[in-house]
Amino acid sequence: MIVGEQKPFDEIWGMVKDHKQITVFGCNTCVSVCHQGGNKEAEILASLLRMRATQEGLDIRIENNGIERQCEHPFFEKVEDTLQASESVLSLACGIGVQFIAAKYPSLPVYPALNTTFLGDVPSDGFFAEKCQACGDCVLGITGGICPVSRCCKRIFNGPCGGSTNGKCEISKDIDCAWQLVVDRLEALGKLDDYEKITPIKDWSKDRAGGPRSFKLEDF
Amino acid sequence: MEIKTASKLEKVLKNGHMAVSSECGPPRSSDARGIIDKGHLLKNHVDCINITDNQTSVTRLCSLAACIHLKNEGLEPVLQMVVRDRNRIALQSDILGAASFGINNMLCLSGDHQSFGDHPSSQNVFDLDSMQLIQTARYMRDEGKFLGGDDIKKPPNMFIGAAANPFADPFKIRVPRLAKKIAAGAEFIQTQCVYNLEKFEKWMEGVVERGLHEQVFIMAGITPMRSVGMAKYMARAVPGMDVPKELIDRLSGVPKDKQAEEGITIAVEAIERLKQVKGVAGFHIMAIEWEEKVPEIVERAGLYPRPVVE
Repeated sequence: MIVGEQKPFDEIWGMVKDHKQITVFGCNTCVSVCHQGGNKEAEILASLLRMRATQEGLDIRIENNGIERQCEHPFFEKVEDTLQASESVLSLACGIGVQFIAAKYPSLPVYPALNTTFLGDVPSDGFFAEKCQACGDCVLGITGGICPVSRCCKRIFNGPCGGSTNGKCEISKDIDCAWQLVVDRLEALGKLDDYEKITPIKDWSKDRAGGPRSFKLEDF
Repeated sequence: MEIKTASKLEKVLKNGHMAVSSECGPPRSSDARGIIDKGHLLKNHVDCINITDNQTSVTRLCSLAACIHLKNEGLEPVLQMVVRDRNRIALQSDILGAASFGINNMLCLSGDHQSFGDHPSSQNVFDLDSMQLIQTARYMRDEGKFLGGDDIKKPPNMFIGAAANPFADPFKIRVPRLAKKIAAGAEFIQTQCVYNLEKFEKWMEGVVERGLHEQVFIMAGITPMRSVGMAKYMARAVPGMDVPKELIDRLSGVPKDKQAEEGITIAVEAIERLKQVKGVAGFHIMAIEWEEKVPEIVERAGLYPRPVVE
């Protein structure tokens, strides 16, 4: 899923403080799992903004609302009137939701309350870790199910580099060396001999480098 | 053995001599005098001089320009290229540029992560990895083509090397990883600084067992310690460095003003011992900002005079 983290409160305040009305708008799917952008977090953030407005003596009408997903039209039906009547929206969705609102409501200012941080999983309660960079050409089949693009800080396809120490990455003792994990996993699968196969040079045109990506279902 | 390039290093190695290389870091300045002076300190005692490529991710005068400065002085540079900062277009372009100046050697590296350097907020590239850079350089030279498939009218003709770190983890793939670099096309190897001689010898045993020493020239990395502080720092803070406690203890047991001398002696002893190790084809002496000591090390280790090759 998509993981995000709320921006520092002062940065959020700085973006929205000049409006007379703000709809603080939650997105209750991906970013609610990490307790950063769901409808509950929208309610809390709205309260904090109201307190700040009061402290600064500003008359801003701050309301909170939310839907299940800010990236698909059908979910917007029940808030259509609210958003049409809003002067600004502070979206707690990932960058996708923010852009969806910007495209859907051309004259409505929308601001991001979150930094979209990564595509990740929940390996343990309250802990989120990056696992994919959507490079568009998955190599997990040859790396034992460990992604070198998202988990190696040099995205090396023929690792590990010379900085791998005791299973950790050269940049931090808190980061596992992805290639140590690949080697361990190949060994567990009885496929350590595959380590010596050289992974060919990657086609990055399927990645961000090739420009914005899209695909269309022909039957729709 | 067939000599493929105009590289002096290739000739020394293929004529069966123990090769000696050294290394210089370019200045953080547009004044190349520093690197030229360092080159002259080394020139009579080594076969070639590596020029580092923004080592530890600190911005410096570029490796290619520094190589050209040394070449202009009649020295034999080895162009170090990291894949951190340039994509395949820039890397191939720089290989052509280097070859156009008669630079005959290159060393393919990943590069330290930018978080260690002076621009930790920079983007990294890693379009290729070091293994794939070796393949690229060989492909350009041997097939006379760019990665994209177009012909190169006059291909670059360089002797192509790679690094190996026997001390990084996991140890069990360190010999297979060397095999992989050889399969990619590496012709010479310069290793990480060797302080843990037992571990290096164990790695070399694995290398010889697979006959890899007959497919690539392995030059052991030697870096003299200037002080016990340096040894402790390298043990603690330099990724992939294995500095045994005994070495730190030995330096600690010597008065501060004698530690540098002891460091040189340790380096000389390491070379003497590693010369006897089957498969070691030479030494890569990296005296970090201490280039003036390289001649002494080379002489005391019995590696002087350097052979004259055609």
